[in-house]
Amino acid sequence: MPRIFTYIQHRGGVVDDSAAELLTAAKKIDPNTVPTAILTGCVVDLEVACSAVRSLYSEIWRVSHEALIYPNAEVVRHALSAILPRNSILLVPHDHFGIDLSPGLSVKLDSAFVPDVLAIDRMEGESISLVRQEFGGQVSVHVRCDVSTGAVINIRPGAFKADQSTATSGVIVDKSSEVGVLTARRRYVETIVAEAGDVDITKHNVLVSIGRGIQEKDNVAIAEELASVLGAAVSCSRPVVDAKWMEKSRQVGSSGKTVKPKVYLACGISGAFQHLAGLKGNPFVIAINKNPKAPIFQVADVGIVDDVLEFLPELTQKVRESRGIAA
Amino acid sequence: MIGPSLFSETHGWLIMSHSLFLTIHIVGIACFAYIVAKRLVPLFRAQQDFRFDRPLTRTGKVFKFWLGQWKHPRYKFAGILHILVFAGFILLVARAFSTLIVGINQSFVMPGLSGPVGHLYDTVTDYAATIVFLCMVVAAVRRLVFKPVRYAVPAKYGNDHTADAVFLLGLIALLMVADSLFSASTNTSNSLQGRPVESLALLSLPWMLQLLIGSPSLTTLAALTFTAYLVHEIAFYFLLCYRPFGIQFHVETSLFSIYFAKLERGTLKPVRWGISDEHLDRVKSFGVKKFEDFTWKHMLDFYSCADCGRCADNCPANAAGRSLAPRFLTIKARDYAFRHYPVFGKANNSKPLVGEIYSEDEIWSCTTCGACEEECPLLVEYIDKIVDLRRGMIDDGNVPQSLQKPLKALESRGNPYGKLEKKRAEWTKTPEFRQGCDVKTLDGKKVADTLYFVDSITSYDDRMQSIGRSTTRILSHIGEDFGILGAAEKDSGHEVRRFGEEMLFQSLRDHNTDAVKASRVTRIVTADPHAYNALKHDYKDLPPVEHISQVVARAVKAGKIEFKRVEDEAKVFTYHDPCYLGRHNQVYDDPRTVVDAIPGLKRVEMKRSRDRSFCCGGGGLMLFYEPTEEQRMGVLRVRMAAEAGANVIVTACPFCMVNIEDAIKVAGLEGKMSVLDLTELVDQHIARKSCAEIQKTQIEETATCGG
Amino acid sequence: MDILVCVRRVPDTSENEIKLNAEGNDIERDELVYSVNEPDNYAVEEALQIRDRVGGTVTVVTVGGEEDEEVLRRELAMGANQAALISDDAFSASDGRGIATILKSFVQKGHYDLILTGVQADDGASQIGGMLAAMLDYPFASLVNSITVEGGKLRISREVEGGNREINEIELPCVLSIQTGINEPRYVGMRGIRQVASVPIPTLRTTDIGVDHSAVGERAAKVKRIDYFVPTLGNAAEMLKGSREENAERVLELIGAKGGLK
Repeated sequence: MPRIFTYIQHRGGVVDDSAAELLTAAKKIDPNTVPTAILTGCVVDLEVACSAVRSLYSEIWRVSHEALIYPNAEVVRHALSAILPRNSILLVPHDHFGIDLSPGLSVKLDSAFVPDVLAIDRMEGESISLVRQEFGGQVSVHVRCDVSTGAVINIRPGAFKADQSTATSGVIVDKSSEVGVLTARRRYVETIVAEAGDVDITKHNVLVSIGRGIQEKDNVAIAEELASVLGAAVSCSRPVVDAKWMEKSRQVGSSGKTVKPKVYLACGISGAFQHLAGLKGNPFVIAINKNPKAPIFQVADVGIVDDVLEFLPELTQKVRESRGIAA
Repeated sequence: MIGPSLFSETHGWLIMSHSLFLTIHIVGIACFAYIVAKRLVPLFRAQQDFRFDRPLTRTGKVFKFWLGQWKHPRYKFAGILHILVFAGFILLVARAFSTLIVGINQSFVMPGLSGPVGHLYDTVTDYAATIVFLCMVVAAVRRLVFKPVRYAVPAKYGNDHTADAVFLLGLIALLMVADSLFSASTNTSNSLQGRPVESLALLSLPWMLQLLIGSPSLTTLAALTFTAYLVHEIAFYFLLCYRPFGIQFHVETSLFSIYFAKLERGTLKPVRWGISDEHLDRVKSFGVKKFEDFTWKHMLDFYSCADCGRCADNCPANAAGRSLAPRFLTIKARDYAFRHYPVFGKANNSKPLVGEIYSEDEIWSCTTCGACEEECPLLVEYIDKIVDLRRGMIDDGNVPQSLQKPLKALESRGNPYGKLEKKRAEWTKTPEFRQGCDVKTLDGKKVADTLYFVDSITSYDDRMQSIGRSTTRILSHIGEDFGILGAAEKDSGHEVRRFGEEMLFQSLRDHNTDAVKASRVTRIVTADPHAYNALKHDYKDLPPVEHISQVVARAVKAGKIEFKRVEDEAKVFTYHDPCYLGRHNQVYDDPRTVVDAIPGLKRVEMKRSRDRSFCCGGGGLMLFYEPTEEQRMGVLRVRMAAEAGANVIVTACPFCMVNIEDAIKVAGLEGKMSVLDLTELVDQHIARKSCAEIQKTQIEETATCGG
Repeated sequence: MDILVCVRRVPDTSENEIKLNAEGNDIERDELVYSVNEPDNYAVEEALQIRDRVGGTVTVVTVGGEEDEEVLRRELAMGANQAALISDDAFSASDGRGIATILKSFVQKGHYDLILTGVQADDGASQIGGMLAAMLDYPFASLVNSITVEGGKLRISREVEGGNREINEIELPCVLSIQTGINEPRYVGMRGIRQVASVPIPTLRTTDIGVDHSAVGERAAKVKRIDYFVPTLGNAAEMLKGSREENAERVLELIGAKGGLK
């Protein structure tokens, strides 16, 4: 059985949720495996993160280097290709970093690469059977990956449940000296934080979230009205921002904000994974969509097949009545 | 006329004045000729325009719109003022020329204007000059004190035009005064010297000035006459040469702009006059990108604009606060021509118009409703210019993303929504509908006399499909043998063409034309005015096309349809004229006949109706474009309906329906205002027998008719 | 600057209904409308804008068959200087790595300062750019939403979480994968395509670009599709079936029950 490694993301000493999810995925590939966590970084943050991971993983590889103080995929790729043993399997979260790192890394390792995996069926000989999606999530695909020369597999964040077990205190192995000289022809400069905007959607308990189903800019007002009687905020999916109906600061998703409300009303949102990736903390999701086959209904707790433009005013009216607010 | 010896008999004085006046004539005419020649330069660099056909029709238009000032009374007060001034000018032409010539040949009398005819003419023109003078005063007061809104110049368009306008009014007034003074003083001089004189018209300006002059010495009179004459001549030539520098150029160009006005309604100019569709690939650049891409007639239009603001006053885009105002489209182009083709100086390099004097949003904002063209007294054309500017932007790939999607969908699926072609006729297949009405698809196996051309929105939009169903039920009821093209039908392309995508339009047109011809129908009916206009004017060689309102009106008059009484007596209806049924095709009465045929129905007219109807916001691709605006046209229209006392709007266009339904919600008038299509109104009120009864009647009829 | 853009012809997801075919081994393709992959189109527009600013050429390339020529022609109509189609039976059923290998051989036959691809295609893979860069040993950056040329380097921004932008400096030659929204692509209509109808698009085979047969095609592929399926709705939502009014009342109840009403 090939050795399984997982790449752990962390910032400011805080370990990302994906660490536990990757552990689940690793165990799905090989229930008997003892996967190794790899963390790169520098100084204190790295130390704190490594410590935090000890309760999940039995073996941890630490790679400390000043060139790795910011996770620059080009640099990380050099480091990993230096230290990973041949023919091993590496699991990476499929986010902006995983997209940046893994394809090139698989080439350097002369291994296979599978992006954005949702489920792992089983290992069959020297192949793993996996599930992906294509065409914007409209169809699923069974894929077989030949891992005889190893593989880099990007795992969709949130697709696997976080592993709840606690390992015996993990051992940290320092691999910093093995990476060699780390230079890259891409240099990280800075991160420009998105403008705050007038409303911070990450701070609201209830979000009325709109998607393409709102059809045009003027209809955003319908969602605003509902939000105002509920004391909620309006958030949205990417197409709404692309069409310039709302500002970027309102976008929920992998390239937008991550939100953790108690209740999430997905109005006219199809349910593309990039949007759902921004929803954390297991909120109660109520989905309203004209299309009964919209992927959102697989993720929502409660679903209503209806035209958002008709349903929301009705709901607004009900809220008003219950609160005794005049129209 | 003005008799001999108008000056003192001192020869020296005469010769000197003669030479002076002659010099002024020569200089004045030469300057004018030079200025006009410079103004014509860009027209010679312009694109060609075929406007020399049908001289009789064109002359007829000159009589109606130029001489007859047909459009002027649409704004009553200003209209009457202008008619008076125009009539005055026309009448004064001969007098003005006589006066000018008299300065170098003092015994000159205009041929035909001697004796009693001449005297009558003098009297008439005495009054004409007076009226013109008074009109100038009134007009100046209007400009300075009352300041009609349509003359206002928003800051972004530059300085206010009032000073210039008043200056010109003053000059014309001066001209009248100088002429009248000249008349009065020569008359006084002749009378004091004992020569026979005709009296000046009572209470006219010359008459009053004569009173003022009294009986001074002959020398004084001579000086007064000389001065009046000189002022007149200088004012005349100054005006003549000043006019081509501003809006007054319309005095000279209006005759031509009206003679060369567009004769075909409802359709657009070709991409290039003289180049047929098959040869369009040869054309290097489509549309108007720089000034010289306009045709000479369009340039003439820019010169002819009188800055009256009537177009912008009726433009729905302007009312909605969009960046478009037709008046300034023209004025900016005119100013551009003045800058780049100056009278003094060389013609300098022209830049692309969009980005320089026009913004993209300005050009995409037009709904092509035609209100501007309907209003303009000089018959200035706008739609062709806007379409040409759009053609230019499309040629450069400069298209807003909001429009690229539906255009792409039209190319690949034949409808702007991107829905599957095979689902175009799905609306006929819902079970409940099918029971009452089975719609034939003319696929070669099935044939019919009449084609119902449905077009995209009625085929695919959930709400608008009801118009399709109502229409087919009506056609069945009146016994029409009809069918639809089904999946073989593609979008009529009406807006595709008006948004400048000529090649895509031609592809849709050719496809539909082939499909219509293959179906072998002998007539076409549609409930969509945009499709109606396209099939009637943009397409060629098709069977005759009618709008459903025309078909129903005919059936009502022939007694083929009986209506039930209106149910809710509290409803007050108003009919909204769709732009492409009303203004562009002048179908105003048939829909009203239909609505009025329903017993007990109360109908009111909105202030803006018929050819002054206010566009709902536009159809076709305009539904996809996101303009910068302060409010929606539809909202303004819905408020007009409420003002007229109506609570139901009836319209005869699916796009009007979309815009108005939406506007009712946005305006917060849900529950207080509703809208429905003419076909739905008719369908709801037809007094029907059951299907069985109809069949029975049909069998009986066949039996008696010679079966 | 000589720029290469790798493009792909894909089914247009917005204008099609994606359904499984009868056998379940692919989607139903008979009535599909195809067009250029949207992120690739943004990449071409970006390349054209860079070229118009700093000079150079833009080449578009795709790996496929005759039917893929139409997207190359469309990008030529958009303004690209030249196009090439890489087509050979040996390439069929290549996986992502195989495609990248083919492209690498093509790149090495020419000279390009900058190589762009769209961030992902219909298979949602986002892999070609990164693989190609590693094979060529060029630096790489993904999810690029802004490019500024600064001498022999580029200043780029990447789209990361929270709507933030990660600013990087990257040396040329490099490979970038472009995110949608980086610019506003210009319109290409029927006329534009007709105007480039006679521009030759060379078809290149394995011999023309010198690629090793054993590295491409089905046998070399390490990642293979087995079948397409639509998952049975497992943990699907509880669907409310009442009237609109009833549903609205129920939703209000639920919001309250979950602590959403203050």
